[in-house]
Parts: sequence; structure tokens; C-alpha cells
Amino acid sequence: MPALSLWRREVVRFYRNVSRVVGVIASPLIFWVVIGAGIGNSFTNGSAGKSQNYLDFFFPGTLMMIVLFTSIFAMMSLIEDRNEGFLLSVLVAPVHRSVIVLGKVLGGTTLATMQGVLFLVIAPLLGIHFGLGQLALMILDIFLVSFSLTALGFIIAWPMDSTSGFHAIINLFLIPLWLLSGSLFSVNSASPWMAFLMRLNPLTYGTEALRNLLFPATASAEFSLQKCLTVLAVFTVVMFSLAFVVANRRSTKPAA
Amino acid sequence: MTTKTQEQQLGNVLEPQTETVIQIEGLRHQYGDRTALNGVSFSVKRAEIFGLLGPNGSGKTTMFRILSTLMLPGEGRATILGHDVASDPSGVRRQIGVVFQSRSIDVKLSAEENLIHVGHLYGITGAALKKRVAEMLARVSLTDRAKERAETFSGGMQRRLELAKGLLHCPQVLLLDEPTTGLDPGARRDLWQYLQVLRDQEGVSIIVTTHLMEEAEKCDRLAILSHGNLVGLGTPAQLKSEIGGDVILLDAQNPQQVAAAIQTRFGVEAAVLDDGRVRIEREAGHRFITDVVEAFPGEIDAVSVSKPTLEDVFIRRTGHRFWNEDAQGLERRAAGTTKKKH
Repeated sequence: MPALSLWRREVVRFYRNVSRVVGVIASPLIFWVVIGAGIGNSFTNGSAGKSQNYLDFFFPGTLMMIVLFTSIFAMMSLIEDRNEGFLLSVLVAPVHRSVIVLGKVLGGTTLATMQGVLFLVIAPLLGIHFGLGQLALMILDIFLVSFSLTALGFIIAWPMDSTSGFHAIINLFLIPLWLLSGSLFSVNSASPWMAFLMRLNPLTYGTEALRNLLFPATASAEFSLQKCLTVLAVFTVVMFSLAFVVANRRSTKPAA
Repeated sequence: MTTKTQEQQLGNVLEPQTETVIQIEGLRHQYGDRTALNGVSFSVKRAEIFGLLGPNGSGKTTMFRILSTLMLPGEGRATILGHDVASDPSGVRRQIGVVFQSRSIDVKLSAEENLIHVGHLYGITGAALKKRVAEMLARVSLTDRAKERAETFSGGMQRRLELAKGLLHCPQVLLLDEPTTGLDPGARRDLWQYLQVLRDQEGVSIIVTTHLMEEAEKCDRLAILSHGNLVGLGTPAQLKSEIGGDVILLDAQNPQQVAAAIQTRFGVEAAVLDDGRVRIEREAGHRFITDVVEAFPGEIDAVSVSKPTLEDVFIRRTGHRFWNEDAQGLERRAAGTTKKKH
């Protein structure tokens, strides 16, 4: 119940903030139009390999980017909660710390998943078709990615007291994480050391799972759907546990 | 069965003042090199309003953080209804209601939504929660604004919502950190009246930190803190009674000289304060001042006589004025030197 309440607050705060709602709906569309149509045309099929056109290749990557940014930045609200004093009142309540983490992270996850799915909905308009089974698995994939990344955002945001500091650290993480996720170029076409880093990046498995489900014909054998989802599930559990450990620490320093 | 319950109830009524609810023993805390609490011990009883009085930087907020389980104490022990704040934080959290000095309500939510959220955190749900929220909103006179977002409220209304938030789960112990900050005199009076009602009708033990003398006067008992040291403990009347008679303050051109002369001539202690005034404690002050002014013609610019206040207690115990301590503390910190310990 406390987790549900924290989650609900997060969502209510979101839809009461008109600019955030507009941003969430508009940004996937803009990404698609600008990056897909604009840049997509200037690339040839070279980097994507096989006979797939780059626009299609790039679709899962764009989706991952949207989910990545929304998830991690959702936890900026943790810093706001701390500065506004709201977090303190939650911390003095008799609620297990894991419940607080769960409520907060689920809030961010909901927003990111929603945005990801919204982007998925426009796929048929662009000539990408899939069945309901695939849709369900893609939503699961997006959910796992959102949840683990929001938990990562939580871990980074917890000790921070300024949103600008958060921005700086996050950008350090976000750009490499995304560049090396198989969104722009596939693992097979990367140099060996790049490919090695990409195989370590959990986000790669999120992207590849999507690619698998959207374009079964051109799917890479290395990243089977099962493997991708397993890696993501493990990553999710690890991130959540770390977030709990971070939130559960008590020290002789002021909590805010 | 019935008689037993009645006996128990009777027992509670008969001895409300004896049960210790909060026990603090040798609490010590450091922030880096700075000592915030230097071995403080006291206890708070059931149905008591206990004040922590001190200027900024005296250790009140540190004490508040430790008691509210937000920070581990450096050394020493603090228990609330038998639960140790360090080893059993969840036990403590179930017993306490906390009202912070800063805002902690979510201004994007309505008054009602704020309270419902708090209820959920404390495990209250459904009809019971609905009833309790309505009750608390009525108690802090926010019923007609229940559906409005807290950001549209005045400072006083937000403060009242904070109080409702801290009290929603009927805690046995209420911790308030400078609760009247930003309230006008009327709202302050209301808040104190409400604290007294809680104490008298529900037997709540209340710890309230303050830097205001007139608020400290309203507490049942007080702990006076200065630089992390406990410099006074007792009822306001007890603390003031240790000052013999009246307090006389003199503005003189040569305060050191006048103070020394008064000491030799009248045999009373005369101290020069940080602000250059000479301070004397003496019975029948009104008669004494005529003697002093006659004894030093032309030397004394102004004279005041007053009944002892809590500030006088503070001056007597620490040797300096309440607010000067604060200014000095800031200067010392700015200069980067370590703070002198008393």
C-alpha cells in the first residue's frame, strides 16, 4: 500500500504538470521525424548490414533512447523531493526502505514505459507491423529496461542535493550507454573492442530484443529473445537491490 | 473484565506525569570537527510539553534529527517508548509524529490527498482513513479547502496541514522543529493551544524546539542548549527562580570601571555583557537603582529593571547573551577556528 501510494503520487504529479505531459507525447514523434527521416536518408545501408533499410534499423534504437532518457531523468524528482522536504517525511514513516524504492522506481518506470509504448503504437503507421504476442513481449522488454534504468537513476540521485549535479553525472552515463547499445550500429559491424563493450552493456540486450520482435527475418543469432530478456531481468534485480542498499544506509550525517 | 479496564484507565489518569516516554543519555555528536552535541542527557514524561531552547547552532536540530531517526547519534543513547533510535528505527517511527521546520507537504497535491498519502504510509486505509482525514482537516480548520492544492494555501494554512500530517496516525510522541516559523501571532497562539489540547486530552508527549523565549515559557519543562551543552533543565519557573530578585541593566560610559566599582561598593556581582551593558541581579531592584545612579553621577546613561526572564537564565548559565552567541558562533565558523567549549 505505501508503495502504491508513492507510485500514485508520482503519476499524479506528472499529469498535473502540463509541460511534462506535452514533452512525453511530443518528443518521440519529433525524434522519429528528425532523426529517422532526416539523418536516416544520409546513411546508406552499410552500417546496418543485410538488406534492411536504416530507418527500420534505427527504430528500436530510437525507442531505447526515449526510454533511457525518461527513466533516468524521472528520478530527478527524488532530488526535488529531498529539497522540498517531502522525502524526510517519508523517511520518518514506519515504511521499509525497499517499499520506498519500489514506489519511487515504479513511478518513473510507468512514465518511461508509457512513452515507449506510445512510440511503439506509431510503428504500424511507418510500415512496421507486429502481432499482439510480440507487442506484449515488447512491452515486457520496455518495462524491464525502464525499471532497471530508473533504479540506476535512483542510485545516482539518492546522495545528490542538486539537479544540476545530477545532469552532469547522468550525461556522463547516458551518452556512452546509448551509443554502445546497438542503436546506431549493430554489434557485428563494430570493431572488436567496441563489440566487447556493447556485449557488456545491458541496454544492448534491450535493443536487440526489440529488433528480434520487430524484424524476425533479420534478427541476429547471437541475441536470442530468451537470452536478452534473461540478461535484462538479472540487471533489473541487481539495480533494484543496489538502490535498496543505498537507501537503507543510515549514517551520522544529516539525511538532508 | 470491565472493572480491570476501568482500573487501567484510572491508573493512567492518576499517574500521567510519572511515566518516562523519552530517555536521552549522554548524547554526543560531531559534524567533522564541530561538536554539535556534547553529552546531553534528559528525559521526557508522558503528557508533557518539553521545550528545547537554544539559539541557532546550539544543537537543537541535531537532537531533533537523532530523535526522528534521520541520523545516527555519534555516541550515547536515545530511546522513545523503549525503542532505541539507533538499533530499532522502525519501532521508533511507529510511535512518533514529526513536524519539520521546513515544508514537507506536497504542494502539487490537495490537502486531502496529502493526508491520504500519509495515511497509506502509516498503514491506515479505507473507511478508517477517510474518517481520520476528515477529522484532522476539521481540527486544523481546512475542511473547506480540502480539495484545493496546497500551493494555493497561505503559509499559516500550509503549517496547519503539516501539523495534521504529523498527527494523522495518532502518535504518542510528537516532535516539532520550530513549528511556528513564519506564522503570525494569531496562528502561533492557535498552534500552542492545540498542543495543550493534545497533551491534556490525549496524553501526547511533545518535544518542541524553539529559539523564542515566549514559546519556551509555555512549555512544561525546558532543556536549554548552548554550543551542544545542556546548560539548564527544569520548569520555566524553576529556572527563573534561581535568579535572585530582579535583573538590572545599566548603560554606562565606562562599563568595566562601573562594574568594578559596584562590586566593591555594594558587594554584589556585576558582569559586563558582550554588548557593553552592565548586568546585576538584585532583590528590590527599584530601590537599588536609585543608590547606583546617585553613587555614580553622570556615568550612567540608562537603567532598566525587570523580572528575570529565560534569557536571564541563559545569560547566567553561559555568560553571554542569547543572540550574541549565535553571531559569535557564525564568526568562529567563518574564521575556520574551532569552537570554544564551555
